[in-house]
Amino acid sequence: MSELKLMKGNEALAEAAIRAGVDAYFGYPITPQSEVIEYLMTERPEERTGMVVLQAESEIAAINMVYGAASTGKKVMTSSSSPGISLKLEGISYLAGAELPAVIVNVVRGGPGLGTIQPSQADYFQSVKGGGHGDYKLYVLAPASVQEMSDFIEDAFDIAFKYRAPVLILSDGLIGQMMEKVQLKDQKERISNEELIKRHDSWAVTGKTNRERNIITSLDLQSEKMEARVHRLMKKYEQMEKEDLRFEKINCDDAEYLIVAYGSSARIAQKAVELAREKGIKAGLLRPITLFPYPKQELFKLADQVKGILSVELNAGQMVEDVKLSVEHKVPVEHFGRTGGIIHTPEEILEALEQKIINHERIRYSKTRESSIL
Amino acid sequence: MNVLDIVKPENQVFCKTKLMTDTTLSYCPGCGHGTAHNLTMEVIDEMGISEDTIGVAPVGCSVLAYDFMNIDMTQAAHGRAPAVATAIARTWPEKYVFTYQGDGDLAAIGTAETIHACNRGENIVIIFVNNGIYGMTGGQMAPTTLEGMKSSTSPYGREIASMGSPLKMTELVANLPGVYYVTRQSVHTHKHARKAKKAIKNAFENTRLKKGLSFIEIVSNCNSGWKMTPNESNIWMEENMFPYFPLGDIKVNGKLK
Repeated sequence: MSELKLMKGNEALAEAAIRAGVDAYFGYPITPQSEVIEYLMTERPEERTGMVVLQAESEIAAINMVYGAASTGKKVMTSSSSPGISLKLEGISYLAGAELPAVIVNVVRGGPGLGTIQPSQADYFQSVKGGGHGDYKLYVLAPASVQEMSDFIEDAFDIAFKYRAPVLILSDGLIGQMMEKVQLKDQKERISNEELIKRHDSWAVTGKTNRERNIITSLDLQSEKMEARVHRLMKKYEQMEKEDLRFEKINCDDAEYLIVAYGSSARIAQKAVELAREKGIKAGLLRPITLFPYPKQELFKLADQVKGILSVELNAGQMVEDVKLSVEHKVPVEHFGRTGGIIHTPEEILEALEQKIINHERIRYSKTRESSIL
Repeated sequence: MNVLDIVKPENQVFCKTKLMTDTTLSYCPGCGHGTAHNLTMEVIDEMGISEDTIGVAPVGCSVLAYDFMNIDMTQAAHGRAPAVATAIARTWPEKYVFTYQGDGDLAAIGTAETIHACNRGENIVIIFVNNGIYGMTGGQMAPTTLEGMKSSTSPYGREIASMGSPLKMTELVANLPGVYYVTRQSVHTHKHARKAKKAIKNAFENTRLKKGLSFIEIVSNCNSGWKMTPNESNIWMEENMFPYFPLGDIKVNGKLK
């Protein structure tokens, strides 16, 4: 039954996985996402729905277990945090290459290296620019609330099976650890093996019956075949851009200044926009919900309307590059971010907007006026 | 008498393994992989379980096993086949799941996956072909390369002091409680191949009875990598590999021999 609960983001995600009828979860503990596997182990999903939950010997083993179950058409997922995701990247590249549906969750912490266990958004590049080896992309969903931690599980699996491709839920330590109320969905039944074979018999390895054998591999030793595989992947990504781009606009209709932020940064930036409005600054927020596909065209259009754009991220400046690419130098684009696990406050963001964009824009404006007078 | 008078179904004593495809094997002439493939497919065919069998191919010479074995197969990342097989066996407990791996895959890069799948006692079969060398990448040193044995990355012979001893993975996993059946076989003569086939059959029977993990090492040759003729390589294998990797059962019905 659907119900309203107060939960941590990680717990809401785990509960949503059981309710979405996920067949299997393979994971390895790492802060700040360990609650996912702890919750699953406590809930005994094997008894609730028949869902398999296994603590693997490493993140590497876990992602390859995902590969195994995904090869057979099962709904399978894993979760980890930044250093663990680095370990999983080989397997993620294989999932993309072998065209397998799977969901990976990254509850990001600060890096590089062992970094910090505090929240961060420093895995943006890793998530949207490939990460692992080869020509591939991940469909990346960025939740900004505990509710979305829950809702995005089903969305992620829908996309994963629509395209037969791995999907990444890019959360962070803030969303994973904080508690909020969450409306949980009704329990969905796991699909039966018979139904699974009916749906996925054209590709899944479930045992060769009266058909040609199915083979899951990412290997093509013939160059022409490998290139055809890469082209097939690129077609999927193009289709994702056309059909499954998601973003949210807040106070953008009359905005003169734009903040672009995703995930936990978007939550804080939303408050910064309110504070700006109270001061009479017409600020708006564009929140990309998918980081790939990215709302490039929307940003390109907004750049005609606003005087400057601030990219707010919990990192040293990563998404700002995509913002710049999208607006094609039409307006100034600056980055503001904290690192090391420090979370920016709404006041800091407003101050950054004023100093880096608004004041800067005034100076630039007065300079052009001066030069035109001279 | 015309030859066609003799070639009749009732006179047939030998035929192509039904579950092998018509694709020409990519292995070097003289290599043991082809025989190991054949035996595995014969067992699956004779047990009538091909519709319920899922194979996991490794990275290495046998990466293309799925081109030759006419069953559903998935190809794992280097060393990760036991993890891949774990998930398949856990989500399809009624299926027969096996991995087919070489020594570099199973005993070097995949050591952790091998040991932990064995330790959990996953209900799978692991077929481990040990030829003491990395064949596919061109003859580099493997974890199982013998002392003094030359390879492209041990050009003066494997030196124990700096490169370690050849790893006896099979003895190692036999000590894990989750492992039910461990044996070491070879396929270089008919006699040995028949014994190896029995062992493979025993392993799949264990899966049927949900006994846990069965581990079959096949000590094999790599005439190309060892730079010998096929016949020389088999003699060399008998004289050098077998003393260090002795053939026979190591653990039967969950009990060490």
